[in-house]
Amino acid sequence: MDLTLSPEEAAFREELRAWIEANSPGREPEGDEAAFEFRKRWQRELDAAGWAGISWPKEYGGRGASLIEQAIFNEEIVRSKAPPMANVLALAMGGPTVIAHGDEDQKERYLPPILSAEEIWCQGFSEPDSGSDLASLKTRAEKTDGGWSVTGQKVWTTFAHHAKWCMLVARTDRDVPKHKGLTYFLMDMEQDAVQVRPLVQITGESEFNELFIEDAYIPDENVVGGVGNGWMVAITTLMHERATLAFGLQVQVQIALLQLRELVIERGLENDPIVRQRIGQLTIEAEVLRLNAYRGLTQIMKTGVPGPEGSLGKWQWSEVNQSLTEAAMEIRGAEAPLLESDWAYRFLRARANSIEGGTTEILKNIVAERVLGLPRMGAK
Amino acid sequence: MNFDLNDDQRSIKATAAEFLAARFKPDHVRELAEAGSYDEGVWKEMCELGWPGIFIPEEHGGQGLGQVELVVLMEELGRVLAPSPFFSNAAAGLVIQTAGSEEQRARWLPGIASGELRGTVGEVSGDRAPLVADADSAELIVLLDGDSATVVEGPLGERVETLDSTRRFSAVEARAGEQLAGDPEPGRDRIAGALAAELVGVAQQTLDMAVDYAKQRKQFDTPIGAYQGVSHRCAQMLLEVEGARAAAYYAAWAADAEPETLALAASMAKAYASDAGWRVTASSLQVHGGIGFTWEHDLHFFLKRAKVDGHLFGTAREHRDRVAALSGLGLLTTTR
Ligand SMILES: Cc1cc2nc3c(=O)[nH]c(=O)nc-3n(C[C@H](O)[C@H](O)[C@H](O)COP(=O)(O)OP(=O)(O)OC[C@H]3O[C@@H](n4cnc5c(N)ncnc54)[C@H](O)[C@@H]3O)c2cc1C
Repeated sequence: MDLTLSPEEAAFREELRAWIEANSPGREPEGDEAAFEFRKRWQRELDAAGWAGISWPKEYGGRGASLIEQAIFNEEIVRSKAPPMANVLALAMGGPTVIAHGDEDQKERYLPPILSAEEIWCQGFSEPDSGSDLASLKTRAEKTDGGWSVTGQKVWTTFAHHAKWCMLVARTDRDVPKHKGLTYFLMDMEQDAVQVRPLVQITGESEFNELFIEDAYIPDENVVGGVGNGWMVAITTLMHERATLAFGLQVQVQIALLQLRELVIERGLENDPIVRQRIGQLTIEAEVLRLNAYRGLTQIMKTGVPGPEGSLGKWQWSEVNQSLTEAAMEIRGAEAPLLESDWAYRFLRARANSIEGGTTEILKNIVAERVLGLPRMGAK
Repeated sequence: MNFDLNDDQRSIKATAAEFLAARFKPDHVRELAEAGSYDEGVWKEMCELGWPGIFIPEEHGGQGLGQVELVVLMEELGRVLAPSPFFSNAAAGLVIQTAGSEEQRARWLPGIASGELRGTVGEVSGDRAPLVADADSAELIVLLDGDSATVVEGPLGERVETLDSTRRFSAVEARAGEQLAGDPEPGRDRIAGALAAELVGVAQQTLDMAVDYAKQRKQFDTPIGAYQGVSHRCAQMLLEVEGARAAAYYAAWAADAEPETLALAASMAKAYASDAGWRVTASSLQVHGGIGFTWEHDLHFFLKRAKVDGHLFGTAREHRDRVAALSGLGLLTTTR
């Protein structure tokens, strides 16, 4: 066991810190659109300096560094309060999926513009009747000359209104069991056959959308991982979502916790035994989250792929973040409902944490069946 | 950066697991627990293997390894619920090693490392230490009282019965003795960390028992593990076991490599593992149904050990409060 950074890793962190300090773009502007443009510009700068794809192969614009360096990067960005990058879904999921399952042409074509934020990606998995039971999805892709014609509906599609590409899972064969008839496509969002309608969330924002797809065209070369292998490819995307995102998220929790402690002191509650127990407990849980993220990383470095254990981290993160924001509301007392403070927003937004990226119930199913080897639901 | 055991540590773990599984079969542990005694033969073997001195420097007769290696053994000892003076003796070694003067260490550590001079540690509250493991057989008793540590000669005290019959406890009156030269706090933190690791082993074992049972036991023609009321409970147990393991190993690593973070890391580990130890063993009982509530089933020994460990060297409540204090929220408010 050795939890210290190697000299190279430490040097990497120093260099990165100095760079962020010199180049950090400051506070984000108000408003969804302006903030998104701001994040795009910031990502472009990071990419130009070689920071956008730390662990991606060099030949496609990455740095070819290890996942440890990737984790250090995620930590430092959050710690410095620099804004996140714009193309989060492509960086955390789409890119790693193309790296794992794409062919040479696809890697060359898609990876560099992900890093530069020239092409934003969205994830078109969920449908109105297929959420947790993703494999039951109904969006159809019919073979045409040189490509596929796609018809169906997707929902909860985050950033679809900014996206050039959609990671789309569609049914290409209706005569085989549900997991076997799926194919993973990269669908061009810039066509009339794809209509994007914003959905308003409980926070009042519109991060996610509905997609109405009517005879959209996808050329053959945009199939990732082969026709009929969509389920396996989609699982790669989901594992990456749970494992790598967890890293930046645990740092966000640490920062939120610092703010929460400031809040406690500001309110003169630092000697209230109940508050102390609660903050003590949150501090411990946030630490366990951090440690498990490091353990998960060690595992990925050894085996090359994130395992189903990543589900534990995602599940635990959602609980910690929810109870942290609940504690903040309680501590703010009568002022808690006021929208002028960021805590009210964060409190609401946290409710999605146990739904987005796989609900907690589904994660528990995965842990029970795939990690503990318990019988599948409904087994006799 | 590598959050995993190295090859040497892994081989210590594998050897210990094999040795302990052979020596402490469930029926034997039950016999010992029911008689309230230890297996002196196995203790001698452990001494021959050098276990008591695993963390003690070679110059004092130990193996010169660290807290991580100690914690590896503690986890495995917890897994089989070994009735043994290993823990109490190690506790004395930890305090003397971190708080003793050079002369005191040279005088006592070799005996503790070889097992010839058995030690233990008691925490004084008021005018006595109510719960001292193995004070009835130890030759050397370290009494911790606030920030002072006193060494007195044993055996001493009066046997007390606790929930946990796999470990022997006595109550010891506070008394004058030889002061240790330094601050006993780091030693106490290492003890708390070692107990956290023992709790990980105890909890892991009962999780495995629950999972095995959930696969076999059928009701309504269905293995009970296929019901989410059971399977999600098992998933929750895993979450807590893994969390406790991460915290316990981090605290062990910090003890040797980053002593300035030991206090915080040890309190985090002890608080989390104390809660997890109890919850996981209790959950395992629930998964077992009625059979889990019988004396005949082994589960209750684990449940009780977990509960008692949770109350030794600081309860979860005390350690949580210390975490709050150490991370910037005022002073300690709970007393020991
Ligand atoms: C903020 C946000 C952003 C999102 N962004 C995207 C995106 O970009 N792209 C995308 O494709 N999707 C996205 N999603 C969708 C998300 O993945 C789904 O909401 C999620 O998978 C759950 O599906 P559902 O909403 O249909 O709920 P359902 O699957 O209908 O679940 C309803 C309830 O039933 C429970 N349940 C369902 N099945 C089981 C079972 N087998 N065992 C036990 N309980 C069960 C669930 O846990 C849940 O509590 C986003 C969601 C949110 C909230």
